[in-house]
Amino acid sequence: MYAMLRGLWEYRSFIVTSIRNEFIARFARSRLGGLWMIIHPLSQVAIYALILSNVLAAKLPGIDNKYAYALYLMAGVLAWNLFSEIVARCLNLFIEQGNLMKKMRFPRIALPVIVVGSCLLNNLLLFVAVLVVFAALGQMPSLEMFWLLPLTVVVTAFAVGLGLVLGVLNVFVRDIGQVVPIILQVWFWFTPIVYSINIIPDYLRGMMTGNPMFSIVNAYHDVLVYQVSPGLNELAVTVAIAFSLMLLGLFMFRRSAPEMVDAL
Amino acid sequence: MNLLTINNLGKAYRTYSSEWKRIANWFFLPNKPNHEHWVLRHISFAIKSGEAIGIVGQNGAGKSTLLKMITGTLQPTEGNVQVSGRIAAILELGMGFNPELSGRQNVYHAAGLMGFNNHQIDNVIADVEAFAEIGEYFDESVRMYSSGMQMRVAFAVATAFRPDILIVDEALSVGDSYFQHKSFARIKEFQRLGTTLIIVSHDRGSIQALCDRAILLDGGTIIKDGSPEEVMDYYNAIIADKENANVEVVSLDSGVTQTRSGNRKATIESVSLLDHSDSPVEYVGVGDEVTLTIKTAVHEDLPELVVGYVIKDRLGQSIFGTNTHHLNCQSTGVVAGQKLTYKFRFPVNLGIGSYSVAVALHASETHIGDNFEWLDLAFVFNVVNIAKETFVGLSWMPPTVEIVV
Repeated sequence: MYAMLRGLWEYRSFIVTSIRNEFIARFARSRLGGLWMIIHPLSQVAIYALILSNVLAAKLPGIDNKYAYALYLMAGVLAWNLFSEIVARCLNLFIEQGNLMKKMRFPRIALPVIVVGSCLLNNLLLFVAVLVVFAALGQMPSLEMFWLLPLTVVVTAFAVGLGLVLGVLNVFVRDIGQVVPIILQVWFWFTPIVYSINIIPDYLRGMMTGNPMFSIVNAYHDVLVYQVSPGLNELAVTVAIAFSLMLLGLFMFRRSAPEMVDAL
Repeated sequence: MNLLTINNLGKAYRTYSSEWKRIANWFFLPNKPNHEHWVLRHISFAIKSGEAIGIVGQNGAGKSTLLKMITGTLQPTEGNVQVSGRIAAILELGMGFNPELSGRQNVYHAAGLMGFNNHQIDNVIADVEAFAEIGEYFDESVRMYSSGMQMRVAFAVATAFRPDILIVDEALSVGDSYFQHKSFARIKEFQRLGTTLIIVSHDRGSIQALCDRAILLDGGTIIKDGSPEEVMDYYNAIIADKENANVEVVSLDSGVTQTRSGNRKATIESVSLLDHSDSPVEYVGVGDEVTLTIKTAVHEDLPELVVGYVIKDRLGQSIFGTNTHHLNCQSTGVVAGQKLTYKFRFPVNLGIGSYSVAVALHASETHIGDNFEWLDLAFVFNVVNIAKETFVGLSWMPPTVEIVV
């Protein structure tokens, strides 16, 4: 564990450069360049805000903004995007970087760290875009938003843990890489992001609360839409799951390391 | 002091009836693999600081696996590798280069991957740029580069910091011949400063020019560890002799080892060098006419018999070689019992020194096909300068001089 952290520290320059290069390469030959980093999340949010909220205009209890649904949607998307991006990228990470892992010696743990860094940066940009749209729709930033810092840590830990477990398994059992995107889609619709929890019949609600993403998305709603502190009791279970998964992921990552290169 | 020590190293690839059994192993639920395939086993050797060692072997002999375990990307199944110092490998140049980034950005990225921080890279970036010599392209994106330019940058960054051990895989053929010379010189310079070289190549020339020791791998084990000359002779012999492994190594009185291989359908009876009066000589003067006489005996009916020879210098580098196929006088339809004597007459246009002659009897253009007999160090002779003006070098090419005012 100590060696892992020391390796990361020694490779800090490389990690920072890699994250930066990823963004440079993505926008290298486009005229607007870095502007796209803002335009993408903005348009994503704008589509949800303007189109979906008019089509699916549903009144949310406890909030009187007429764009309430748009706010609700964006808050959920902010949480879900971070989660699904990290999981999806960790899933294929080792297979994509297989050649590099076979030819160069470097701390392997740097690879998921780079993924997390670049996903967090993406998420930060999305958050900035969300703030802009919120302001345009009449929802001003509040102090409760500082809750997003610990919440982001929880989502990241949960996603990295899950992503590492799946990414390691995917090296050996490639079906994982095919089935996980399908599961992620289903999971998205089993989490109240596009719809409100109120439309779920009571007898199904118990099942929904077993979903760790449920309490996280709920907390995002509380903080961003209702501007209240999130319920810590529900979150506690998710935090426990997130950090256990993270430990399991790191454990499997370490145990599989000697065989990973053989299988790639 | 040993820079690198390898103890009983082995690598096995394990297959399980189900991958889930492999995964169960990580959770301390031991499962036996149903097949173990050893690609390398019982490898032990040590390398000292400043030594240069060549690793040779046919494809699939386990060279790459060994190198990967030395570099540390592959974990050994048994045994261990002890390294003191930093290893750099020129295995695959341009690994991880991003075509959208500039040469400079890629240098930072690649050097970062080698474990250097931005500050350390700042200190050498000017050297890298100067060494690569690609001018303003250095700040263009790599997709604009020719493959040679990419290689130049990749080599420059791979050797930007002098490592304690440098692994060079296969061809040292980086870019054009100018850059090849330059990269070769850099490797030599590293060696002079104490870097240990590990070179993998099929090229006898570069192994013998750079290495002072060679290791021959075959079927996943070391079958020979010795001087490059001896190992390369043995290696040539096993290539030629794949079907009937019939390689014989004889220690000559002079302490050198002679390798003889082949299926003995025709054999070399004697090899001698005769001067103009047909008396055998061991010392010949520069420029003298001599006759290399090779007596052969045929033991089976052969559709074709080709006799060839190579003259090598004291380092084992080929100076000149040819055979009766290339000279258009191969013997066809020879019958068992025949004794044929071949006389090659030539002037000894060689520089001063000791030379050896290797002789081979085979069926076609090269000895790779049907190899009857191959004899290294069949004859050793010395060239002395008796009558000619003083000169240096391996060959004698007397010029005429004209001074124009």
